[in-house]
Amino acid sequence: MLLDLLHFDFLRHTFLTGLLIGIIAPLLGSFLVVRRLSLLADALSHVTLAGIAFGLFIEKQFLFAFSPLYAGMGFSIVGAVLIEKLRSVYQAYQEIGIPIILSGGVGLSVIFIALANGFNTDLFGYLFGSVSAVSKGDFYLIIVITIIVLGTIFLFYKELLTLSFDEEHAVTSGIHAKRIHFLFIILTALVIAASIRIVGVLLVSALMSLPVAAAMRLAGSFKQLIALSIMFAEIAVIAGLVSGYYLSIPPGGTIVVIAIILLLLTFIKDAFTKKGGAQVHE
Amino acid sequence: MEESVIRLENVSFSYDQKLILENINLNIKRGMFLGLVGPNGGGKTTLIKIILGLLRPDQGNIYMLNQPIEKFKNWNKIGFVSQKANTFNKGFPATVYEVVSMGLTAKLGYLKRINRKMKQKVLDAIDLVDMGEYAYQNIGKLSGGQQQRVFIARALVSQPELLILDEPTVGIDYQNVEKFYKLLHQLNKEENITLLLISHDTGVMTEYASDVACLNKTMHFHGNTKEYSALSTEYLSEIYGHPVQVIVHDHE
Repeated sequence: MLLDLLHFDFLRHTFLTGLLIGIIAPLLGSFLVVRRLSLLADALSHVTLAGIAFGLFIEKQFLFAFSPLYAGMGFSIVGAVLIEKLRSVYQAYQEIGIPIILSGGVGLSVIFIALANGFNTDLFGYLFGSVSAVSKGDFYLIIVITIIVLGTIFLFYKELLTLSFDEEHAVTSGIHAKRIHFLFIILTALVIAASIRIVGVLLVSALMSLPVAAAMRLAGSFKQLIALSIMFAEIAVIAGLVSGYYLSIPPGGTIVVIAIILLLLTFIKDAFTKKGGAQVHE
Repeated sequence: MEESVIRLENVSFSYDQKLILENINLNIKRGMFLGLVGPNGGGKTTLIKIILGLLRPDQGNIYMLNQPIEKFKNWNKIGFVSQKANTFNKGFPATVYEVVSMGLTAKLGYLKRINRKMKQKVLDAIDLVDMGEYAYQNIGKLSGGQQQRVFIARALVSQPELLILDEPTVGIDYQNVEKFYKLLHQLNKEENITLLLISHDTGVMTEYASDVACLNKTMHFHGNTKEYSALSTEYLSEIYGHPVQVIVHDHE
């Protein structure tokens, strides 16, 4: 693959995109996991699918060439806003927004897929990821998303961490929890849209949660959690893309399986040292 | 005249048409160590939420550092420690240093990061609660009493004038409770921090508090600890609605 990387632009784009989402997906994922919002990524990825199906439908119907990724990103952001709205409507059952948005996303996807005359290879790539799908345009979009995500996290790191650790304290000390949370959920929507080309709709949440789950076993501090998560995600992305390319398997599958193997390794490490990373001590 | 840190005038609050607080007057002066006691369901936590600006009273006035609460902006002068030793997510991968530095988040404001001077302040606060040797350890691995000290350090790092503690000793074993009150006493006397401590246990608290307020819908008593200790058990039982015994601890 390394030699091919030099020869084929599309491979280079895929590979670099993989490296970028290997940073931003676990970075956002670290906050999602500690806030117990891992499923949020699932809900948003299914809404993104609806957007992509809508994009494919428009493309087909009106022969209007634009990347379905933009439609996916738009839907994902709207989904994120709706989840926030539902959270404030059902204050006692804040997680109820997640299944509502998830099923709504799948429902819309089915309708748009049918309208666009069913499955095609493009859609298969969006579901499970693809090594050849990243176009130059997509690549630039993902660079922009990465810059936005890294910049925002850099600027609002202390607010996000404070809010994630203890929302009540954050609010009583005068932090605008709602604004920060909204910003965060929009970032999540962006990261999902960016990751979908490589890992696919169905597995994008895995890239945000599995490396974090593995890092959680070893990390003593939040900064360590982020660093280890990114390290695990990069290993999974690089090994997953290379093996997916040679075995002709969609990289979503290989990336996730490698991430799970890394997670299992942390369990083995635990068994030997008999010292849990993030166990609850009472 | 002594300066008030918090003053409540005729504050009433009801929830779902049920009166929770009725005509509460409270005056916390600078340097006080006030223990707010009363039975569960007597409105202690509601009163704290009103003082923290999380709930609005139906009537009455509240002054924070002599400013009407509606205009009060210096929230970083008010430190709050809740019953977190019991409820926070113990699996959260954060060090003591990280947790304490969160106390500066609101004070610094958006877009400002912790610099070297701030870092020293965080370490000083950790030292103050005697947790220096644990600064870079995972908070989830500490004991309940140690965790509570960390939360106090988090409240202290923004250098508050008033520290509000809601049942801070729940879930801490007896020996550490004594140690904990000694720390509070030290903060009150040496660091000059006004303290408001909510507790349903009047025992150890009366040993260290300078003043006591007893709340059960209305304010039944508001005075110094000596006067409180002199109250008859009959009177206190009436307030609590069940028999109580005041245990006055003596220093040996």
